[in-house]
Amino acid sequence: MTAAVVRETPAVAVEWTAACPYRCLEPERGVVALVGGVPVAVFRVHDGRVYALDNIDPFCGASVLARGIVGTRGDAPTVASPMHKHVFDLRTGRCLDDPEVVLRTYPVRLRDGLVEVGGLLQVGGLVEVSGQG
Amino acid sequence: MSIDSSPPTRVVVVGNGMVGHRFVESLRARDEDGRHEVVVLAEERRPAYDRVRLSEWFDGTDLSLADLPGVEVRLGEPARALDLAARVVSTSDGEYRYDTLVLATGSYPFVPPVPGRDLAGCFTYRTVDDLAALAGYAAGRGTGIVVGGGLLGLEAANALHRLGVATHVVEFAPRLMPAQVDDAGGAMLRRHIEDLGLTVHTGRTASRITGTGEVSQVVFEDGGVLHADVVVFAAGVRPRDDLARAAGLTLGARGGVRVDEACRTSDPHVYAIGECAEIGGRVYGLVAPGYAMAEVVADRLLGGTATFPGGDTSTKLKLLGVDVASFGETAGPLDVTFTDPATRVYAKLVLSDDARTLLGGVLVGDASAYPTLRACLGGPLPGPPLSLLAPAGAGDPSGTGGLSGTAQICSCNAVTKDTIVAAIHDGCADVAAVKACTRAGTTCGSCVPLVKQLLAESGVAMPKALCEHFDASRRELFDIIRVRGIRTFSELVAAHGQGRGCDICKPVVASILASTGGGYILDGEQGALQDTNDHLLANIQRNGTYSVVPRIPGGEITPEKLITIGEVARDFRLYTKITGAQRIDLLGARVEQLPQIWRRLVDAGFESGHAYGKAVRTVKSCVGTTWCRYGVQDSVGLAIALELRYRGLRSPHKIKAAVSGCARECAEARSKDFGIIATDAGWNLYLGGNGGFRPRHAELFASDLDTESLVRYVDRFLMYYIRTADRLQRTAGWIEAMDGGLEHVRAVIVDDALGLAGELDAAMAEHVGSYVDEWRSTLDDPDRLGRFVSFVNAPDVPDPSIAFEVERGQPVPAGAGRQPVMLGVPR
Ligand code: SRM
Ligand SMILES: Cc1cc2nc3c(=O)[nH]c(=O)nc-3n(C[C@H](O)[C@H](O)[C@H](O)COP(=O)(O)OP(=O)(O)OC[C@H]3O[C@@H](n4cnc5c(N)ncnc54)[C@H](O)[C@@H]3O)c2cc1C
Ligand code: SF4
Ligand code: FES
Repeated sequence: MTAAVVRETPAVAVEWTAACPYRCLEPERGVVALVGGVPVAVFRVHDGRVYALDNIDPFCGASVLARGIVGTRGDAPTVASPMHKHVFDLRTGRCLDDPEVVLRTYPVRLRDGLVEVGGLLQVGGLVEVSGQG
Repeated sequence: MSIDSSPPTRVVVVGNGMVGHRFVESLRARDEDGRHEVVVLAEERRPAYDRVRLSEWFDGTDLSLADLPGVEVRLGEPARALDLAARVVSTSDGEYRYDTLVLATGSYPFVPPVPGRDLAGCFTYRTVDDLAALAGYAAGRGTGIVVGGGLLGLEAANALHRLGVATHVVEFAPRLMPAQVDDAGGAMLRRHIEDLGLTVHTGRTASRITGTGEVSQVVFEDGGVLHADVVVFAAGVRPRDDLARAAGLTLGARGGVRVDEACRTSDPHVYAIGECAEIGGRVYGLVAPGYAMAEVVADRLLGGTATFPGGDTSTKLKLLGVDVASFGETAGPLDVTFTDPATRVYAKLVLSDDARTLLGGVLVGDASAYPTLRACLGGPLPGPPLSLLAPAGAGDPSGTGGLSGTAQICSCNAVTKDTIVAAIHDGCADVAAVKACTRAGTTCGSCVPLVKQLLAESGVAMPKALCEHFDASRRELFDIIRVRGIRTFSELVAAHGQGRGCDICKPVVASILASTGGGYILDGEQGALQDTNDHLLANIQRNGTYSVVPRIPGGEITPEKLITIGEVARDFRLYTKITGAQRIDLLGARVEQLPQIWRRLVDAGFESGHAYGKAVRTVKSCVGTTWCRYGVQDSVGLAIALELRYRGLRSPHKIKAAVSGCARECAEARSKDFGIIATDAGWNLYLGGNGGFRPRHAELFASDLDTESLVRYVDRFLMYYIRTADRLQRTAGWIEAMDGGLEHVRAVIVDDALGLAGELDAAMAEHVGSYVDEWRSTLDDPDRLGRFVSFVNAPDVPDPSIAFEVERGQPVPAGAGRQPVMLGVPR
């Protein structure tokens, strides 16, 4: 199993941005939110959980990940980029077809029916989720 | 270093045809210590190729046989003389000393000594060069005559027919294929061939060919005269024994280098194999006996004692779409025959007088029982004769259970049932693996259905699982969804799969749901199954923008509509290009612009062109009778009617079509999934073509159809394809993978052999009746428009990652690292 290690440095550095009402998220599809000027893909999977990660597909540089097909590979909830079908683990941002490549993931919370995405104020990552310890 | 006691011996092979190649391959594989050094002298300039499949050259099939590493092959360097005493073969380039010489010079086509046979336009049919010359000359010519109605003649006739030439076959015997089939079989074969529009003349002899410089007429012994632009001689072959004759080797009474059961000639250092050899008083004109001889000689050179086991002269052909097979004896003590004039099937089994042993048989019109019957030759039948002969569908003629272990499944390569079963036990899990380790199925391919059957009977599951979420194939999922009335992915994956799907299975299920239920493809859960193209009803581009392709049925468009397209492109700053399918592409639209663009287009009467979907794309047309001085039917009218009939039809892969107004074929219909070419009497329908990665020409399916029958056949073809094809399988691959190929398709859609026609017709009627333009439905519903935004939380901000620059006056994605195209213009 992939061990998700979450390192958090001072909470002041996380700024929450509202994406949209939870009910507007179509199950097993994504939307794009602008979080601190960065396009972030927000997905609602079949069991109702929400994940957020970079919208830019690192293999082609286009801002398209939110338009991919959501599904599973083994136990991992996934999205396949619509461009060249690279599959990413929504929990970790890791590309399952090329494990060297990892997308930044963002924390998500629900406030008053609104989905909020935690943006990063500092490069270097205050919330960093990395796979395999 | 080790010292080898025996120096290497030098083997020279004359002839790089099928048998020579097989000999070298076998020797190389078995000569593990490299005792033999091999040189091959080849007259042809092409590397060895599969002559049995020669006619497939017209389809662009790669006929090459395996490379032979470590063997010196001297292409284009024929042997000219042979000195037996000095053991030297000479060519125009040099002399080759040998310890062992293997003659594998094959045959030459026999051309009867009729005056005029050297005129331009006279051809033979033996090598790839022959075919290339024939194709170059015959294309676009009116009439062709094939001299010879045997196996070769019918192949050549098939080739001429496919080149669009009106074809006559002239056979001097009273029936077609006199060497293989009996009178009744020949008569049935003739009917089939005449049905296809060829003319058959039996019992006639061509006595003279006339013309000035080029062929223009063939004159018969009976005084008759036929106009001809092309003549192909296919009147049999003769062994190429001239080299052996000049060297003084003993020849057979009717030609051929005489050899003993070890394939040795009258000189102990010289062997002869294949069609140039006479063995047991016979010269064989088929490849299987040649291969057997090649194996014998390879074995002998390695110290073995193999002898020629006798030749199998079974043949199975599919000529002009007609199955013909003959095996063993065609006449004998006891016959069982089956004739069905309605389906044009004729079959005959020859049995021993106690009716216990199968001695041979003839099958015309349906040869599905051939592999099983051939494997039973010389042994008992696996069931009552009539149950074996009744056409496919009436029973299961291909069960292997009744076959003994020593039954030969693959006669080309002499592979028995036991050998194949053992290979399967050793881990061969599919046809490709069985081919690789036993060679069964690698030559004429007629035994492949039996190999499949053996795999299935051994419990080897054929790999068909769609992905990790479904063990079923697309076809099985289609049936599950249709029969159980399933309407959602969740229901399907819960009951018949695992996990939550992926980018492979979800679009497949979406397509099946669209084909089985109709309706808007983005409603409810279905929206989540669609690829981004179907989800946004547009095609994604490299920079994340989309293209818009309105439907232009048949390629016909009014000036007003052209102007609208121009205005829309200008107002939204889109890049425009004429596509390869006769319509106009508007590229570079941002997601949020798509509804506005479509609002304008829909208001002007356009609708979705489905360029994004695995769906029917276009029916291309030429101008036909509307304008063209050569047109014989209204190709534009038909193309538009068909495009409108099938628009929106979702399918395993995209479907393309075209209609040409005459045989000049300006619409390139034969490169389409279904192509239609006008004739004086109606329409010719071609099925299974495509361009793209592996171009294939569509094959003639039916001729001179009226429009109603044409539409009925196309309806059924499309629906049968949609129901049964694999994911991302074009119609060509689907037909190719099907047992029985195009014949099976014909049986289903013309003869209704599976009793499916009514269902297929109803499914198409349902599609045609329920079609609604996807873009119009999207624009009419504010909820559906919700997904067309740049950012959910900033719908007014355009995606800043998208930028354009200008090239040749039009916007293109910025900074994509493109280089200008330079054509080497001098500075
Ligand atoms: C207009 C057009 C059909 C259409 O509505 O789409 C067309 C129309 C004619 N084609 Fe074509 N061909 C047209 C695209 C094609 C194509 C497709 C293509 O190139 O994209 C082909 C197949 C590809 C090819 O080049 O082989 C095509 C293969 C032919 C042939 C067969 C050539 C061959 O060697 O096999 C002929 C007959 C000939 O010239 O011998 C032909 C001849 C003709 C002629 C010139 C017949 C004649 O002698 O009058 C037609 C002119 C009709 C007229 O009076 O205007 N046309 N023709 C197409 C014009 C394209 C263009 O850019 O101008
Ligand atoms: C159209 C067609 C369809 C056929 N279909 C079938 C079928 O369905 N089933 C079947 O069993 N058989 C079929 N055959 C027959 C089959 O192709 C031959 O039996 C087989 O190719 C014989 O192999 P071979 O090596 O003896 O002769 P070939 O394949 O003819 O090879 C002989 C080679 O030797 C070369 N050669 C000749 N003289 C010299 C020289 N002096 N120096 C150097 N090279 C020389 C020739 O150029 C040629 O390349 C078909 C043949 C044709 C033409
Ligand atoms: S296919 Fe025939 S009718 Fe159509 S444009 Fe070409 S020449 Fe004219
Ligand atoms: S029988 Fe020809 S390949 Fe097997």
